[in-house]
Amino acid sequence: MTTVTTTTTTAAPAAAAPDPPQVRRRRRLSPGRRLPAARLLGPLVVLALWAAASAAGRLDPGAIPAPWTVVRTAGHLWTEGTLPTDVLTSLERAGYGFAIGLTAGVLLALASGLSRTGEALIDGTVQLNRAIPTLGLIPLFILWLGIGETFKVAIIAIVVYIPIYLNTHAALSGIDSRFVELAEVQGLSRLAFVRQVVIPGALPGFFVGLRLGVTGSWLGLVVLEQINATSGLGYLMFQAQNYGQSDVILVGLLIYGVFGLVSDSVVRLIERRVLSWRRTLSN
Amino acid sequence: MAPHTEQLTRPAVRLRGLTRSFGGRAVLDGIDLDLPAGQFTALLGHSGSGKSTLLRAVAGLDHGVAGSGRLTAPERVSVVFQDSRLLPWRRVLGNVLLGLDGKDAEERGRAALEEVGLKGRERAWPGELSGGEAQRAALARSLVREPELLLADEPFGALDALTRIRMHNLLRDLWKRHRPSVLLVTHDVDEAIVLADRVLVLENGRIGLDLTIDRPHPRSYREPVLGEYRERLLAALGVTEDHA
Repeated sequence: MTTVTTTTTTAAPAAAAPDPPQVRRRRRLSPGRRLPAARLLGPLVVLALWAAASAAGRLDPGAIPAPWTVVRTAGHLWTEGTLPTDVLTSLERAGYGFAIGLTAGVLLALASGLSRTGEALIDGTVQLNRAIPTLGLIPLFILWLGIGETFKVAIIAIVVYIPIYLNTHAALSGIDSRFVELAEVQGLSRLAFVRQVVIPGALPGFFVGLRLGVTGSWLGLVVLEQINATSGLGYLMFQAQNYGQSDVILVGLLIYGVFGLVSDSVVRLIERRVLSWRRTLSN
Repeated sequence: MAPHTEQLTRPAVRLRGLTRSFGGRAVLDGIDLDLPAGQFTALLGHSGSGKSTLLRAVAGLDHGVAGSGRLTAPERVSVVFQDSRLLPWRRVLGNVLLGLDGKDAEERGRAALEEVGLKGRERAWPGELSGGEAQRAALARSLVREPELLLADEPFGALDALTRIRMHNLLRDLWKRHRPSVLLVTHDVDEAIVLADRVLVLENGRIGLDLTIDRPHPRSYREPVLGEYRERLLAALGVTEDHA
């Protein structure tokens, strides 16, 4: 390094030496700044294309009705039809199933993540349950619980609890051994260790499971309502299929989509609040 | 320089025939050692010489390691690790208070942070601290418990050279004020000479050299007398300095 400096200083008075090349910024390889409202942009483009194609008469209105037809149908169904009851019924099913699945997933994960006995009893059983496609349980559950609400809520709860259990359990048992050692050195009681070290450390994993669980609750709902229901959004869509009302089907899909998007955003928001300490790492 | 002779009579740590082995290989092979209360001791050794094994044994952290021997250590022991080991989900003050309760705990935590020069950073997240600041917070966490014995496992190993010198002064100051017994594990001969009043070299599972460094503090790396200590320690570690 020293030699380089000396040569430049001695060469400078010789005047004729060309200026050293200006430092050019390196080509940036990361994608750069986020666009504002980035997550809405794609859906808006799709909507615009749909509207344009409908207006140009390029779409068969029987197969894909125009966006404004869908909106009009939705308004009509809401004021004069059964849409409010259907939405409420669907929300209730998803809500109950989700609440039960969340509770079960967290409790089982805690029991199995915090004690070896619990792990021996629970983990293998849940892994077995996971290997069986939950929707394949529908016939058996109808036989056991009848075709009413109970079996629907039960299926949704199963769809929800599995990802929550898996991710929370993995996070609980993957707690950094260095932190365990620290807790021992600081003389933490077992309860304090669980509350102050294990659970906060497992929260990121829990939130991954929670988001999968929320999505799962809607997924289970759609399937259940389309095959075994006499009310709810899925039933509405199923009926519309019989009468060839594609606009009604689109209304149902739209509402499902909005539910999914809103619930996911809510979970994200809570996650950002609770895990605010993580933002310091990602920046 | 022997100011605390009355303290030195009662050993804080006593090891008798301490043996620890991994996979049938004795890493610590019958160690006898007394650490007087209030003494600042450094433990040197090659990597893999068993320094950390000894420290972890004294800290009571070696679960499931085969071994025998007698070991007594004080009630209140704090450990400083090479990494600061701050819980990323607790703010700095929360980390210092980990495992501490009582009404005046928070007050003591703030005082400890002030003492290590982190006043005003109580509400920061560990992710916002520099390496040196994080290690200061870790020091505050161990001091707030008023330990009789402070165990430090290469606490400055991950810091840059400038920060390390500052941390040396800080540790020495804190020791002077609180007078815990210190066992500092390091592989840095200069660090041991500058900081400690007694330097042990661990070799083949035993204490190969037990050297008292009777020089006033603060010491500089450049003191010629310290060079003699350095050569003796390096020789004990099997390193010969090349003066060519």
